[in-house]
Amino acid sequence: MTDLALEKAGTATVRRLSPAPFGIGALLIVAYGVLPLVASEYLFDAILTPFLALALAGLGLNILIGYAGQVSLGSSAFMAVGAYAAYNLALRLPGLPFLVDILLAGLVAAAVGLLFGLPSLRLRGFYLAVSTLAAQFFVQWVFNKVGWFSNDSPSGIVTVPPLSVAGLPLDSSAGRYLFALGVVTAVTLAVWRLVESPTGRALVALRDHETAARVIGIPVLRVKLLAFAVSSFIIGVAGVLWAFAYLRTVEPAGFNLDRSFQILFIVIIGGLASLRGAFLGAALIVVFPLLLSRLGEALLGGLFDSGVLEMSQRIVLGLLIVTFLIAEPAGLTALLDRAWSRIAGRFRRAG
Amino acid sequence: MSRPNTRTLSLKALSLKAALLGALLGTAALLPGAARADEQYFPLQSYRVGPYAAGGTGFFGGFIDYLTLVNNRDGGVNGVKLTWDECETQYEVERGVECYKRQKNRPGVAAWNPLSVGIAYAMIDDVGRDKVPLITVNHGRTDSTDGRVFKYVFPLLLNPYSESSGIVNYIGTREGGLEKLKGKKIVVLYHGSPYGKETIPIYQLLAEKYGFSVEQVEVPHPGNEQQSQWLSIRRTKPDYVVLRGWGVMNPVALKTAQKVGFPADRIIGNVWSNSEEDVIPAGDAAKGYTAITTQASGADYPVLQEIAKTVYGAGKGNLDDKKRIGSVYHNLGIVNGILNVEAVRIAQDKFGKRTLTGDEVRWGFEHLRLDPARVEALGAKGLFHSINVSVANHEGEGRVTFQQWDGAKWKVVSDWIAPDWALLRPIIEKSSLTYAAEHGLQVRDPAAEDASN
Repeated sequence: MTDLALEKAGTATVRRLSPAPFGIGALLIVAYGVLPLVASEYLFDAILTPFLALALAGLGLNILIGYAGQVSLGSSAFMAVGAYAAYNLALRLPGLPFLVDILLAGLVAAAVGLLFGLPSLRLRGFYLAVSTLAAQFFVQWVFNKVGWFSNDSPSGIVTVPPLSVAGLPLDSSAGRYLFALGVVTAVTLAVWRLVESPTGRALVALRDHETAARVIGIPVLRVKLLAFAVSSFIIGVAGVLWAFAYLRTVEPAGFNLDRSFQILFIVIIGGLASLRGAFLGAALIVVFPLLLSRLGEALLGGLFDSGVLEMSQRIVLGLLIVTFLIAEPAGLTALLDRAWSRIAGRFRRAG
Repeated sequence: MSRPNTRTLSLKALSLKAALLGALLGTAALLPGAARADEQYFPLQSYRVGPYAAGGTGFFGGFIDYLTLVNNRDGGVNGVKLTWDECETQYEVERGVECYKRQKNRPGVAAWNPLSVGIAYAMIDDVGRDKVPLITVNHGRTDSTDGRVFKYVFPLLLNPYSESSGIVNYIGTREGGLEKLKGKKIVVLYHGSPYGKETIPIYQLLAEKYGFSVEQVEVPHPGNEQQSQWLSIRRTKPDYVVLRGWGVMNPVALKTAQKVGFPADRIIGNVWSNSEEDVIPAGDAAKGYTAITTQASGADYPVLQEIAKTVYGAGKGNLDDKKRIGSVYHNLGIVNGILNVEAVRIAQDKFGKRTLTGDEVRWGFEHLRLDPARVEALGAKGLFHSINVSVANHEGEGRVTFQQWDGAKWKVVSDWIAPDWALLRPIIEKSSLTYAAEHGLQVRDPAAEDASN
């Protein structure tokens, strides 16, 4: 009894000493304070900003797949909706501050998400996944077909206006990065509050056993639609970042099925139902191929042409992902957790 | 699935990220350092993988072959050696952006040549800030023809509007004069993408001007099923079909046309439907098919002969398959090489025979005037006609010609035809001035710039 109590107290201390608050704090200091001063344009525009946008999209999809257990293959469609909505709001209502544009763009994406979430009331699993494909194809087709969305641009590719918030121009690489960082921080915080709330627990209950959730009085239909709406809202905001902070152009082809799969892989590789997972997964998906390609180029660039290198990198990347998932099917998050507890355990034993 | 503790965010995330960043910076340091003082660098955002690899390998192969030729034969441009490296984009915008940010750090960048509209669009802002020219030969953003607004963007030789006008002018000559177009019927079969739809208003405009009727039919991407489109074409009985295709859509169009009995010699292909890769898969059905081009194909031109002899002879050629020497994409790459190298040469005459800045090369492109005599001196007579770029006109009045596929190779069947630039200029200016207003750009005054130079 005493032993048990002691052990309980022990784990509690470890919990309290867990590195999370320090980690987050240090991360934020580096992201806000250090990186803007030291990072190069390459780091901002080729790595950090796309990483933030994709991590946010992964976060959004994780609410739907990881927490609520609803499979979706249409993520990039909602990114497109967010991007085009923000572009049209900025173009047609120039008086609105950009932060309001983002909010409205997210709401538009949420509305579209709600619409395409309706089949989830009847369908599950693979059938639902296939029905979300409809969103993917339909949205891309609409933006291609209806010139109004791209302001009748003859080539269908639009350039977004320069980014500025409250009169402050954020058009530089660092400015766009900081803007993206601010948005991602705010949304992540909101999502963290959400998943810790009763609503978050309702989502998990829905995922784990729909009938049981219904029995204990969770309004299943409402919660499902809420999951679709919140998830699409966040993915829509990610689309705004993708268009305004990262590429600064919008075209329907940029939001194709490949992008949806990319976001899905971020969630699966990073770890389902975890906030960290989206960030870890996005880091792997964005940074790793670049690292590999630079290494390949530096080591073998003289020997093979870039096509051969590219193909071999794909093979290496694929193998690594398979290895990761065999080592830990629950994703990078679980892998890190295990590594951390092993290190912490060793420290405890040593101490 | 266990429910992970979300509170244990993120020292681990931090350390992972830090490790990745560290590794990345480490690799960055491994990259080749500063170019020597007498080098001019061409960053190539090429694509040898993915659905558009056929175009990419041909074009960048030709470009590299020409740069190799200039290095081997002349020791570079006036002693300044040409260098390049490749960064694979797979024709994807975000990869192109990454390549841009990566490659721009090497000194002595002459010009960018992504051969992708999407990537070019994403670079327009940055090349303006970095003051390096962006070349989109035969494609690109039509209104960037107006160099008064798009100072660093050059859609050399041909933009989509000029291409449409060139095609209509050619049909006019086949009918025996533009006035004979009155009452004729033309169908435009276009790829269901932004690229395909870009010229819809131009064909309308040309139809009104010359009094022919036009019907524009969409083929959804990728276009491997066109039965219904061609059945409706058969009902319409047009005099000509303009094929504005891309990739697999082209051979399928030719095969389906044969199936419904529409003659191939009444189908006119546009600039992305004009390669060997477009006709060979169609086999017999492509015989007689005619397509527009800015650069004739074949390996008989002196510059091609030299490349075949000195570059491929020495085993330094870039194409894996020597049979592709002189193909449409390869020749486009060579012409693009000539234009880039000559722009550097012209700029060197003004600024000195040394490594130039991007802005100086931009000046060279804005004074890129190669008359037919100069083109002949470069060994490219018949390969392309001429170019005449100015501050106001970044396209440079490229002429077009038409080639017919005889089942084995392309044969030139027309003179060099001039598009109706005067008709198109007001539309281009309207669009470019809107862009200038949206982005707060100052419109340059060509007369003043020419006077100060």
